[in-house]
Amino acid sequence: MHVTSPVREPLIQGGKTYADVTEDICRHVEGSPTKEWKIAFGISLIVLAYGSVCLAWTWWEGLGVWGLNKTVGWAWDITNFVWWVGIGHAGTLISAILLLFRQKWRTSINRAAEAMTIFAVICAASFILMHMGRPWLAYWALPLPNAFGSLWVNFNSPLVWDVFAISTYFSVSLVFWYIGLIPDLATIRDRATSKVSRFMYGTFAMGWDGSAKTWARYEYISLILAGLSTPLVLSVHTIVSMDFATSVIPGWHTTIFPPYFVAGAIFSGFAMVQNLMLITRVVYRLEDYITLEHIETMNKVITLTGSVVGVAYITEFFIAWYSGVEYEYYAFFNRMTGPYWWAYWAMMTCNVISPQLFWSRKLRRSITFTFFISVVVNIGMWFERFVIIVTSLHRDYLPSSWTMFSPTRYDIGDYIFSFGLFFTLFLLFSKYLPVVNMAEVKAVIRSTSANLPQKIAGVAKVRQRGTAEPVYNKDKE
Amino acid sequence: MAELSGKYLVGVYDDDDTVLHAVPRLRKAGVKIKEVYSPFPIHGLDEALGHPRTRIGIAAFMFGVTGCCTALTMMIWMMGIDWPMIVGGKDPISIPNYIPITFELTVLFTAFGMVITFFISNGLGPGTHFHPRFDVRSTDNKFVMAIDLGRNSMSIEDISRALKDSGAEEVNIKQF
Repeated sequence: MHVTSPVREPLIQGGKTYADVTEDICRHVEGSPTKEWKIAFGISLIVLAYGSVCLAWTWWEGLGVWGLNKTVGWAWDITNFVWWVGIGHAGTLISAILLLFRQKWRTSINRAAEAMTIFAVICAASFILMHMGRPWLAYWALPLPNAFGSLWVNFNSPLVWDVFAISTYFSVSLVFWYIGLIPDLATIRDRATSKVSRFMYGTFAMGWDGSAKTWARYEYISLILAGLSTPLVLSVHTIVSMDFATSVIPGWHTTIFPPYFVAGAIFSGFAMVQNLMLITRVVYRLEDYITLEHIETMNKVITLTGSVVGVAYITEFFIAWYSGVEYEYYAFFNRMTGPYWWAYWAMMTCNVISPQLFWSRKLRRSITFTFFISVVVNIGMWFERFVIIVTSLHRDYLPSSWTMFSPTRYDIGDYIFSFGLFFTLFLLFSKYLPVVNMAEVKAVIRSTSANLPQKIAGVAKVRQRGTAEPVYNKDKE
Repeated sequence: MAELSGKYLVGVYDDDDTVLHAVPRLRKAGVKIKEVYSPFPIHGLDEALGHPRTRIGIAAFMFGVTGCCTALTMMIWMMGIDWPMIVGGKDPISIPNYIPITFELTVLFTAFGMVITFFISNGLGPGTHFHPRFDVRSTDNKFVMAIDLGRNSMSIEDISRALKDSGAEEVNIKQF
């Protein structure tokens, strides 16, 4: 029998029945787009269009349109790439690691967080293509027999590892997300009234029927996929950090990078999930599903990972001094007091100090404050990558080649492109797919809901097609 | 998924706990249950129905081993045999450097192999425009039990009485 703990706060508020869950989540998928959605989508498309023009010019003219110079060869492109990949870590963390830890609160947010992951990885990949300058030659990164000789890619290089890591991560996350979507697509298919939506959702639901045998296999593969995704999500940012750590540049050549990058990725990813969920829950009236409890729990994760990041910053700085390597020491001294001091201190303030404010229960349960801090954290994490990349490069071994980096309008425009792309994709997702995993929420509702209704199944509000004639009906008695 | 034919008795339940407790009771009474359809997974239902434990984990392991071997063979052949290449003073065949890609391909093969196996074993696939055949509410809020009358020797009246007694709120007849 199900038991509800009297100590914990219920996960789903408002005494929802199963039919209520279906109704609340399907409503915005089935209805026509709201005015707010149309306005937001229009703005995203305009942003995307502006970004696309900048990107087209970048590719047409070449990377000379960026502010790169012979000293600073990586700047906003790689900063943005690492930033987006980092954001793309929260979704799989929520759905995989929290599944292994049996954290039931994940069920309300995992769908949207995984979608965010996929879109963020797409944005990250777009920076790799931009950074190549000649995106039509992107296939050179794959181990294909080379047309100009039988030379293969160098498997000792972390950049090649990255190709495998990011593409595996993207495709496995996509599969994980899609498997979770199938039961919900079937629910929408069975409620659909128009032929077009029945066909579309029916195609993607792949004939799901929800039999006990299918569910048993579904749960089994979800568990294995979670087990696989857990080391995968940790490996991706580890390998991204190795792009830097295996080099010989002071400030990059540090063994602390893999755990430090992974913690930073989870930190920024959760901040982005907070941003998106705080908006989504208001727009789609999901306050009963994404409650203050969810927000508070995510804030705790932000505080934990923010503290790990803070300790990593301090350790890195201490080791730079303690190692006695003067180049290493100079790289860090230059970060703090050199011409880019403002970027370093912006990073320290946003990433180390701001998440510590969540030790106050009042602040971590305040929606406005949470939203503000999530934005601050993502700004801070962008500066972290900027500091690591540009500040380590701009003063190299030869003082005569010391220089500064200033972004051009194409650096900025290409960054804007990724925002346009991200929000366009997210808005399309939030309109045409269920933003909350209905099947999983229904499965946890009994053990975690407040004021359980008498009839937990509820009454379906949509007239259903094709039920057979009853030989016996309880309601008629 | 094979096409269904014949006459079925369909018990519609209101509650996951009721259906979970109804299954062993009905099986004890001699009713052969074809399948139970639910909007979300009910733990213990497949064992109660007597379904064998899924072997998809074995398949997943095999796919993982395949991925691991593929990755190692590919890199050893390309870097060490086909075009031996020394980069950074490392041995052409340096296994430690191959670990990240070996890991990634192991995960990739396992995930895709397992999911494809899942689709095939459940008869799921694009173009399978199947709608729940017994009761469409089984993807919303009802728990639907299907009983194949052709495979049961009991009379319709006896089975429907047993279904009602076990807590079914509706009993329907479905002919294909």
